[in-house]
Amino acid sequence: MKTAFTRTPTYKDVPTHYCPGCGHGIAHRLLAETIDELDIHERTIGIAPVGCAVLEYDYIDVDMVEVAHGRAPAVATGMKRTNPDKIIFSYQGDGDLASIGAGEILHAGHRGEQITVIFINNAVYGMTGGQMAPTTMINQVTATTPKGRTSAGQGYPLQVSELLATLPGTIYIERCALSSPAEIRKTKKAIKHAFELQIEGSPGMSLVEVLSPCPTYWRMSPVDAMKWIGEEMVKVFPLGRLKG
Amino acid sequence: MSTAVNTSKKKNEAQKQKASGETDHRILMCGNEALAESAIIAGCDAYFGYPITPQNEVTAYMSKRMPEEGRVFVQSESELAAINMVFGASATGKRTMTSSSSPGVSLMQEGISYLAGAELPAVIVNVMRGGPGLGNIAPSQGDYFQATRGGGHGDYRTIVLGPSSVQELVDCMQLAFDLADQYQMPVIVLADGILGQMMEPVVLEKKPGRKLPSKDWALTGAKGRQQNIVRSLWLAEGALERLNYKLQGRYEQIQKDEVLCEQYGVEDADIVVVAYGIAARIVRGAVTIAREEGIKVGWIRPVTLWPFPSEQISKAADELRIFLTVELSMGQMVEDVKLAISGKSPVVFYGRPGGGVPTVDEVLDKIRQLTTKRKI
Repeated sequence: MKTAFTRTPTYKDVPTHYCPGCGHGIAHRLLAETIDELDIHERTIGIAPVGCAVLEYDYIDVDMVEVAHGRAPAVATGMKRTNPDKIIFSYQGDGDLASIGAGEILHAGHRGEQITVIFINNAVYGMTGGQMAPTTMINQVTATTPKGRTSAGQGYPLQVSELLATLPGTIYIERCALSSPAEIRKTKKAIKHAFELQIEGSPGMSLVEVLSPCPTYWRMSPVDAMKWIGEEMVKVFPLGRLKG
Repeated sequence: MSTAVNTSKKKNEAQKQKASGETDHRILMCGNEALAESAIIAGCDAYFGYPITPQNEVTAYMSKRMPEEGRVFVQSESELAAINMVFGASATGKRTMTSSSSPGVSLMQEGISYLAGAELPAVIVNVMRGGPGLGNIAPSQGDYFQATRGGGHGDYRTIVLGPSSVQELVDCMQLAFDLADQYQMPVIVLADGILGQMMEPVVLEKKPGRKLPSKDWALTGAKGRQQNIVRSLWLAEGALERLNYKLQGRYEQIQKDEVLCEQYGVEDADIVVVAYGIAARIVRGAVTIAREEGIKVGWIRPVTLWPFPSEQISKAADELRIFLTVELSMGQMVEDVKLAISGKSPVVFYGRPGGGVPTVDEVLDKIRQLTTKRKI
């Protein structure tokens, strides 16, 4: 019988610690497939964030480092500048990239670092128990916005990709979603393109923002969480190519 | 101002002297530039830094010299980013460093703790200035606690070198890179605004290095081997405790093998002055004059501030003497001196904080006062 689908070698054959319905598993799979399809397993170095994906190196089988909260783009800078032949990616959540590491991502983009960033936006802090993220939606209830986020109290959801797209140092920015098989396929294509640009030595940073479900802290079923991305999140975080 | 251009000119002059049969290879350099050139000689692959006074000559010098050598220089957006760039380069097995001054080094403490936890080598130069807060830009030794007690969060140590001349600063850089690689940990070179700014003749030459362990842990791409992981998170039961015991074992080894200190005139001394860095230069002047006056006084100068020369100081305190600790602070190293002496001899302190620099006369007066107290 013909094999139609297998585990991609760079995605380790181990159970993950992620909650049921979490998007990280899908995003990891897309990342691992990309690494295998582009045959860069032996020259890729990944950077795990602080957040739910901190143990990413337990699942993605390439050389990896775990770094301080938000500092991945600075670490990536140190790696890529000293190892221009290596493929460097960081994998960061919204708390990591858009809050505590806002300075580092902005300046790595500003310098045009030739790195690839996978930015997982699930509008909430997962690992610490569902607190407000910079990307939390207006009226969204979280552990630290018990009555829902208000623009007057906590500001509007931060659109980091739009912000980064204004910088000459970024060459490719696309926002995707894991809300349906069709969107997942688009996400895969975007991630692959972002890596291809780095492999070609294109001068600047490539970033793919991935709207990803967190059923646990959205207090929804996995199915409803997927729906919420497509019906609500995309209103504030419209999908598509922002740059490049 | 000495610049990189002047430096290479001076190097040429030194070479000419050599050709004519003379053997003086000294060139005149300020401490900041000399330490930078020494790092290049030591094989530093990448420098990351953010401007701050009084160490700006380091970043400026590196911005010119590192590209000349085909190596990496990045002016980071902050000290926070600088230390994390160091973290990244180090994780791939490169020799790397940053430099800063007190407020900037405070910002780096997060990264230094992560370097310690991830067992990564790195060299951090702190050209200390007055604090707390923004303080001022005058020389100080106010960061002794921060440097020798870990500085960041968690149960870790850094090796701390406290040079007292531009030449020793040069020599410390090469030693610092070797120590960092040998023990897989951050090493701090603790200088101050005077050492950074003042010009002294130095010999810049490659010293024979140590035999160092291979960096088989480095992230170089998993080619023909299992993946390498550099991490500081250990969640499994007992795993972090095991890491800490491993680090502790390393620290004990360092304490045994790596203490450096200098002493003079201690054997017959009634008074022993303990000082490091630029304070030791001032003390040396005062002790020389005091000796001429017939006062039996000697000095001990710790070169490694951690590991601290506790044994040497304790041994000197086996006979009853007065110990005077002199610092450019309100008294930080004096705590280590007291710990070493454990009450065997009296310890007194003299220092000036916030950028105040004790003069030779002030230290001499202090020595004289102790003489009358002791009725020698």
